[in-house]
Amino acid sequence: MSEKIIRLENIVRIYQIGETQVQALRGITYSVNYSEFLAIMGPSGSGKSTLMSILGLLDRPTSGQYFLEGVDVSKLSRDEMAAIRNRKIGFVFQNFNLLSRTTALENVELPMVYSHISSKEARDRAMKALASVGLKGWEHHRTNQLSGGQMQRVAIARALVNDPTLILADEPTGNLDSKTGAEIMDIFCRLNQERNITLIMVTHDPVIASYAKRRLYLKDGQIVGEEVSEGACDRAPASGG
Amino acid sequence: MKIIRILRVSMRALARNKMRSFLTILGIIIGVAAVIAMVSIGEGAKKGIEERFASMGTNLLFVYPGSRNVRGVQSGFGGFTNLKPDDAKAIEERCDAVKATSPSINTRAQVVYANKNWNTQIQGTGEKFPEIRNWKVAEGVYFDETHVASAAKVCVLGSQVKQNLFEDEDPLGKTIRINKIPFTVIGVLESKGEQGGFFNRDDMIAAPYTTVMRRLRGVDYINSIDVAAVSADRTSEAQRQIEELMRERHRIAPGADDDFQVRNIADVAESAAESTKIMTILLGSIAGISLIVGGIGIMNIMLVSVTERIREIGVRLAVGARERDILLQFLIEAVVLSVTGGIIGIVVGVGASRLMKYISVFSNITTVVTPESIMLAFFFAASVGIFFGYYPARKASKLDPIEALRYE
Repeated sequence: MSEKIIRLENIVRIYQIGETQVQALRGITYSVNYSEFLAIMGPSGSGKSTLMSILGLLDRPTSGQYFLEGVDVSKLSRDEMAAIRNRKIGFVFQNFNLLSRTTALENVELPMVYSHISSKEARDRAMKALASVGLKGWEHHRTNQLSGGQMQRVAIARALVNDPTLILADEPTGNLDSKTGAEIMDIFCRLNQERNITLIMVTHDPVIASYAKRRLYLKDGQIVGEEVSEGACDRAPASGG
Repeated sequence: MKIIRILRVSMRALARNKMRSFLTILGIIIGVAAVIAMVSIGEGAKKGIEERFASMGTNLLFVYPGSRNVRGVQSGFGGFTNLKPDDAKAIEERCDAVKATSPSINTRAQVVYANKNWNTQIQGTGEKFPEIRNWKVAEGVYFDETHVASAAKVCVLGSQVKQNLFEDEDPLGKTIRINKIPFTVIGVLESKGEQGGFFNRDDMIAAPYTTVMRRLRGVDYINSIDVAAVSADRTSEAQRQIEELMRERHRIAPGADDDFQVRNIADVAESAAESTKIMTILLGSIAGISLIVGGIGIMNIMLVSVTERIREIGVRLAVGARERDILLQFLIEAVVLSVTGGIIGIVVGVGASRLMKYISVFSNITTVVTPESIMLAFFFAASVGIFFGYYPARKASKLDPIEALRYE
């Protein structure tokens, strides 16, 4: 029963925009198992980005409770949330969000700047993370010298480097062509299957969503459906890269 | 060790924008250099004055004419005519704590020799001037009692004047014209060795006070009297005796104000030091203003830098940077900028103070760079960095991570 990595209890998020209140989430109750691969789908304005922000501890719910690994994290301070993001959560964004004019290695080392890791160990771990996403030999290239797919791999390495239990991906293939997107999805599948990292991904692309075993549909801030099927990851196991 | 890592992050960010970083610290460089150079001018003047008074001897007193109150009418400063050569004679004869006196009257004049000319101070003195002021004659002789009594047209040159008019030529026995009146050069004073300074004592000509009074100024009074006490520990006794005598000679009723002032060398040195201190503060604060302007430049650039890097801040927050980490990063960037500017500014400022004497306009200004002025400028620069860097850094640290990540 306590084997849930995420448990949401009636999460409500209201934005105050001037005089009007906008209800982005209207009472979400849901849980996610360890090592699960979940896709969150829905039209724009459905609240999926807001939900991701709350899951990623970038935002706090207006009301409701969020248990991450059994601990209520819905009322933490900014710095407490930052510490948990640093240790337990990795982010992958649609637009990569790498630091410009910095090398791949420096980008991957970034999360370790904010944890208690010696710079030598940080370097070793960053090198390993880059190798695991197939970027061996690209460590000292600057991000502007990399292709879109390579940049997203750097971002994934950065998300991985602190050994998170949870990776949140927001439209990770949105800026990539379908072939490169499939390569990125292969990496996600491998992380999920081989390293048992829980993956939650927001997408509006049904093909990408089909990689996940569970798909959650949101509309107007509420869960409107859930689908469980064999994910594409299981059908076509990732070729060992 | 965490600080070291954040310091490295800051340094990297600055290195990515070398040109902008340089332009930012330029303001601080100029500010710090200006503070050091300006304070060095003030300190140089102070040192010059201190040295001068030290070399004059400690038994020296001066008698000046003072403001006089006649039936409630106070005469102002300037145009005092009540100090006469006889006062000097009387002081020397009747005060037993006094060793020697020399009346003093000054004027400025154009001096001509052959095809050279020079504008300098003509100092009318008594024959005991070298003894009182502790000043030796390098060549020839100083004028004597008979020269003074006869208002002879003789003069003794300061070494700077000798250099300017005669260069390597022997000046003794030559005739120079002071305001078109021919004077025979009978001696050259030893150099006081002052490089520049606001008052270069080698840039003067000494002549009998009687000659200056009658032939150059056409007056019957003197400007002041130089007095040497018998010894340094009898200066206050000498001062008392002079005051008593002068009141008697000038017929000042008991209780009325003196129409003269007797000051000893320590008082004079103190007031001179006071005026250079005010000058130093003035120069330093003007330069300090430029340092503040430099600080505003840092704040400006840091604000631009924060806006430009909102996405970067968002990423850092997302991967677990705490508010303090971001605050420190930007604060350290500002401090690194101002401290680097401070160090370069010190080098430039010290260099400028050293080079000043080679620039003709400033050639007679002595500069002294003190460690205090360097420390002052440096710490002021560092605090400017902290003060003006804090606001942008705080702004950066308070950003909302979601908005920062979405910022275009």
